[in-house]
Amino acid sequence: MSVTGIIFSNLHDNDISELTRVRTLASVPFGCRYRLIDFPLSNMVNSNISNINVITQYNYHSLMDHIGTGKDWDLARRSGGVKILPPYINSNAGILNTACNTRLDALKSVGYSIAQLTSDYVVMSDCDVICNIDFNDMINDHIASGADVTVAVKRMELDRVTARANTIIFSSREGRITDMLPNPTNFDGFADVSLNMLVLNRKYLQEIVLDATAHGYTSITRDIFLKSLYTRNLRIYRYEGFFACISSFEDYFKHNLQLIENKEMFDSLFGVEERPIFTKVRNSAPTYYSEYSKVENSLIADGCVIEGTVENSILFRGVRVGKGAVVKNSILFQDTIISDSSSVAYTVCDKNVVIRNNVNISGHTTLPLYIDRGRMV
Amino acid sequence: MFQKKECIAMLLAGGQGSRLYTLTEKTAKPAVPFGGKYRIIDFPMSNCVNSGIDTVGVLTQYQPLVLNEYIGNGEPWDLDRTRGGVTVLSPYEAKGGKDWYRGTANAIYQNLTFIERYNPEYTLILSGDHIYKMDYSKMLAEHKRNGADCTIAVLEVPMEEASRFGILNTDENNKIIEFEEKPKFPKSNKASMGIYIFTTEVLKKYLIEDEANPESSNDFGKNIIPNMLADGCPMYSYTFEGYWKDVGTLTSLWEANMDLLGNPPAFDLYDRNFRIFYRHNAFPPHRIGKDSTIKNAMITEGCVIEGAVENSVLANGVIVEKGAVVKDCVIMSGVRICAGAKLEYAIVDSDTVIGENSVIGESKESQKLLLVGSKLEFPANSKIDGGLMIDAANIKDYIA
Repeated sequence: MSVTGIIFSNLHDNDISELTRVRTLASVPFGCRYRLIDFPLSNMVNSNISNINVITQYNYHSLMDHIGTGKDWDLARRSGGVKILPPYINSNAGILNTACNTRLDALKSVGYSIAQLTSDYVVMSDCDVICNIDFNDMINDHIASGADVTVAVKRMELDRVTARANTIIFSSREGRITDMLPNPTNFDGFADVSLNMLVLNRKYLQEIVLDATAHGYTSITRDIFLKSLYTRNLRIYRYEGFFACISSFEDYFKHNLQLIENKEMFDSLFGVEERPIFTKVRNSAPTYYSEYSKVENSLIADGCVIEGTVENSILFRGVRVGKGAVVKNSILFQDTIISDSSSVAYTVCDKNVVIRNNVNISGHTTLPLYIDRGRMV
Repeated sequence: MFQKKECIAMLLAGGQGSRLYTLTEKTAKPAVPFGGKYRIIDFPMSNCVNSGIDTVGVLTQYQPLVLNEYIGNGEPWDLDRTRGGVTVLSPYEAKGGKDWYRGTANAIYQNLTFIERYNPEYTLILSGDHIYKMDYSKMLAEHKRNGADCTIAVLEVPMEEASRFGILNTDENNKIIEFEEKPKFPKSNKASMGIYIFTTEVLKKYLIEDEANPESSNDFGKNIIPNMLADGCPMYSYTFEGYWKDVGTLTSLWEANMDLLGNPPAFDLYDRNFRIFYRHNAFPPHRIGKDSTIKNAMITEGCVIEGAVENSVLANGVIVEKGAVVKDCVIMSGVRICAGAKLEYAIVDSDTVIGENSVIGESKESQKLLLVGSKLEFPANSKIDGGLMIDAANIKDYIA
C-alpha cells in the first residue's frame, strides 16, 4: 500500500489577512515555534507518508524558506520526500491566469503532477488543521470499507457565524455520506463537520481532476462529491481528538492563548507518544531568565532572553523582554524585542518587531492589536 | 568522492573522562550533555563549521555508541557532504594485527590513510573535551604567515594556575622555545589548549618516526611536540582570547554550565553569527505555570516549570512540579522533580525521578557537589546528603 500526501497551502489566506500579507496561511506561525503546515506535514510523516506535495499559489517565499529541503521532517529523500508545487507558465497557455480559490482549482493547476501519481491512495489536507491525527487509522478504515473517498469529521457545536466557514456532513448509521452542506448560511446546533482532511483512491482523484478540467468545475464538494453520493462510496471517519482550524484573526489569537490555559489541548497536540510535531530547526540556545524576570502561565520557545514580566503569553524563538518590561496576553513572533520599561497587552507582534523603551501598547481581549513585521514602535 | 582540501580537522573523541564518574559510564566524554541542549562535542564541531572546515575525522574508542549515533551523518553541523563531511574513525583490525588507539599521536597515525585521501596542506588536531568558541581560520592564517610547521593555540592563564597546564615558553615573535608539561615553576602563563595545526607533511614524518620508536608513549604533548622542538622545527603559539573551559571534572562541568547564566553571560550562546549546532529533538515549547518563580536560569524546550528554579540549567523535558525548588543545579533531559522536593547544588543525569518532598543535596556553601546518575528513582521523602555520587549500583544504600 502506498500513499501520497497533498497539502493546500493558500486556500484560506483571506481569513487572517493580517498574517498572510507576506506569507501563505501554511507558514503562519503558531504555538511558540511552529508554522501551521507543521501539523499536516508531521501528521503525514508520523503516518509513514513520505511522498508529500504542497500546492501553493502565491506569497510562498516564507513557505519555501520554512520547508527547505524537508530534512527537519525527515523528508529530504531520494525517492519521494516533500515537493512544493508552485504555479507555472505553460508553454502553450501562457501564464496561469486564475488565482485558485478552491481545492479543485488548486488540483487542476497541478494536473500534470496529479496525473503522474502512482500510489494507491492520496491523503489531502488543508493547512489550517491543528490536530495530531493518525492517518494510518483513517487509511485502514478507508481500505476496509472499500470507500472511494473518506472524509474526516468531528461532531461540533456551530453557530450561524462558524457554520458559514465549514462544511456539514450528513451520514447514515453505517458511515456512508448522504448529504454535504458547504458553508451553510442558516445553521446552528451540533453537526458533523468536515475537518478538510480526506483519503481518496488515487485513480478516482485523477478522474476527478480530468473531469473537472473538462467541465470547468470549481468545487470538489458541490460539483463532484454531491453529484456522486449514489454512484460512489463516500464515507466518514470520526476523529475524536482535539481539532482547531483558523477562520479569523480573533480565532487565531484565541487558539494560541488556549494552548496555555488548556493543558489537555496542549498535550493532545504535542504530548502524543511517538507522534511529535516537527518544525524547522533554528539552533537557538535555551531561554535565559534573569534574576529580574517574573513569568507566569506562558509558553516560551528557545533562544529568548527574559528580564521582565511575562503573563499569559506566547513567545516565539529569540524574543527579548527587557528589564521592567511587561508582556501580558500577547503573542510575540520570532525575534521580537520589547525594550526596557515598555508594556504590551493583547497584541500580536509579527517577526522582528521592536518596541522601544517606555512605550505602552494595548489591544483588547475582543480586538487584539496586530503589529506588522519588522515595525519599530 | 575525495576532493583536495586545504585543511581538515581530526577530532580526538576517544577519551573516557573517568573523572566525570557515572556521567561517562556508558558515554564517551565528548557526548556528555552540556548547557541544556548541547553535548560537549558540539563545540569543536561547530567551531570547525564556523571556521570553514568541512572535513572532520572523529576518532572514537571508549563507549562509542551514543557518540556515533549523535554524530550520525553529520547533518546537524552541515557535515553531510558529498565531498568531505564528517567520518567516524574507530580502531580497526589490520593485516599486521589489531590495535587500540595507544595515545593521541598513535590514533592519528593509524588514520593517516584518511588524511591522505584529502591531501590537505594543513591538519588541525582537536580534542573533544573543551567548551569554547574559536575561529580556527584565524589560527590557520597565522600558521601560514609564520611559515610554521606547527602552531599551538594557547590561553593566557593566571600565573598562579600555570603549573596545572602544559606551558609554552616563547620569544617575542611567539616562536616556541620550550614546552613544559605542568612545570613547578612556570616561566610563562601561555597554557596549551590542546589545539594544534600541523603542516601535514611534517606531521606525517614525525608520526611515522614516533611510531617506529617502541619507547614512545605516542602522545602529542609528551613526544611529538618535544621531538619537533628538539629538531628545531619552526613552531609558534597562537594566543586565543575568549572563553575556554576544560570540563574534565564534575566541578568544572558544573561551573561551565553556570557560566552560561547572567546577562551578559561569561560564555554567550546567543550570538547568531557564531551558532553552536546540535542534534535536535522535537520537543514542544516549554511551559511556565502559575506561581512559578525562575531566577537566573536557563530553561530548554519541553520543560514544564511549576515550582521555583534558581541559578540552574535545565535541559529538554525537565519537569519541576508545584512547590519543588531547584537551586544551583545542572539537570539533564527528562528529569522529573516531584511536588515539594528540594534539590540543591547537584548534577542530575537524564530521566531520573526525584520523589515528592525529598531533600536532595546540600547548599552550595557546603561545597559538596552531588552527582545523581541517570534513570534512578528516589521515593517520596528521600534525604540525600551533598558530596555523594549516586548511581544504579549504590542507590539502594541511600534510600529507605
